[in-house]
Amino acid sequence: MHVRRCHVTKSGMAEPPQHEPSPEPARPWPRVFAEGYFTAIRSVFFYVLVGNYVGLGALAFEFGFSFWWMAASTLLIWAAPAQVILISTLTTASLVEVALAVTLSSVRFLPMVAALIPLFNAPGLRQRDLIMPMHVTAISVWVEGIRLLPQRPRGERVAFYNGLGSGLMSGAIIGGALGFYLAGRLPVMLAATLLFFTPMALFMSTMRNARALLDRLAFGLGLAIGPLVAWLNFGLDLMWTGLIAGTIAYAVHRWRESKVSAKP
Amino acid sequence: MKLLLNDVGPWFALLLVGFLPNEIWRLAGLVLVRGLDENSQIITWVRAVATAMLAGVLAQLILSTSGALALIPVAVRVGAAAIGFAAFLLAKRSVFAGVAAGELAVMAGAYWFTA
Repeated sequence: MHVRRCHVTKSGMAEPPQHEPSPEPARPWPRVFAEGYFTAIRSVFFYVLVGNYVGLGALAFEFGFSFWWMAASTLLIWAAPAQVILISTLTTASLVEVALAVTLSSVRFLPMVAALIPLFNAPGLRQRDLIMPMHVTAISVWVEGIRLLPQRPRGERVAFYNGLGSGLMSGAIIGGALGFYLAGRLPVMLAATLLFFTPMALFMSTMRNARALLDRLAFGLGLAIGPLVAWLNFGLDLMWTGLIAGTIAYAVHRWRESKVSAKP
Repeated sequence: MKLLLNDVGPWFALLLVGFLPNEIWRLAGLVLVRGLDENSQIITWVRAVATAMLAGVLAQLILSTSGALALIPVAVRVGAAAIGFAAFLLAKRSVFAGVAAGELAVMAGAYWFTA
């Protein structure tokens, strides 16, 4: 049987229920950064990222890129879908086509960053303090950040989020290095199954994030319409998939909203 | 004029067609944030388009006909993705359970159907 107990602090006082944390003297940022870093390496996303980037590292090896190029692409791009596109199309497509495909795959960062930045508002915050949080934002970091930041004092959020992002990014870099190293040495069939980590991690982490009907509908329609558009061979497959499936999902969402708000 | 990888080299290509076209959206999110509300209609629509694009990337990866993944029959890849998704739902939306089940399924399938 469970016995419910109040959380008791060192001073013996019961802690108040969860509120916005009250302003306290700021702790040194390296300490807060380290907390974020260790939170990241205990997160399930760390291990998913290692697996995901093992696949990407193997892909980079297969397409003939160097070890350091792969590591630098993770540091600079930090977006698995964009890296998959870059690695797998750079050797065959024209640079304009590659840039277009990469940029179309990364549109999601605009709303993600826009939704995140207001969480960092604090007295004395400078615009340049937000450059690193902006850059480390990726699906995994964003999901964990949206979940954990509201529990932390406002003054600590930038350092904590930077630590979180750096921790998850180091998982990706380790995974990429591991995949690059393993790809040339593994039986080809095992290497093929490692490449499967990338779509699986993308699938599950997006679905975990997709709680609203709109997200699920957009995702399901994209899965169905994507192969259709590719088969019809218009070119710019991803852009059309996004615009068609996303707009249908949005229209259904609006229609449902209007039905809900019409009822008393 | 059609620029190719060999014209600029892998490092310059990484910056020019990898880093820049990707980072521009993060920067746009940062710069535009004053004007935009998380729950505004335009952001809701943009998010739906972005989610659908991500699904398109996923479909391309699972159905891909090039690279080492093409060695595994496409039915095995689709089946393994479905098994992974079922495990994800059964384990209360656990990313780890879904990825692990999907990966094990593709390994078993690859072994079973190609050995």
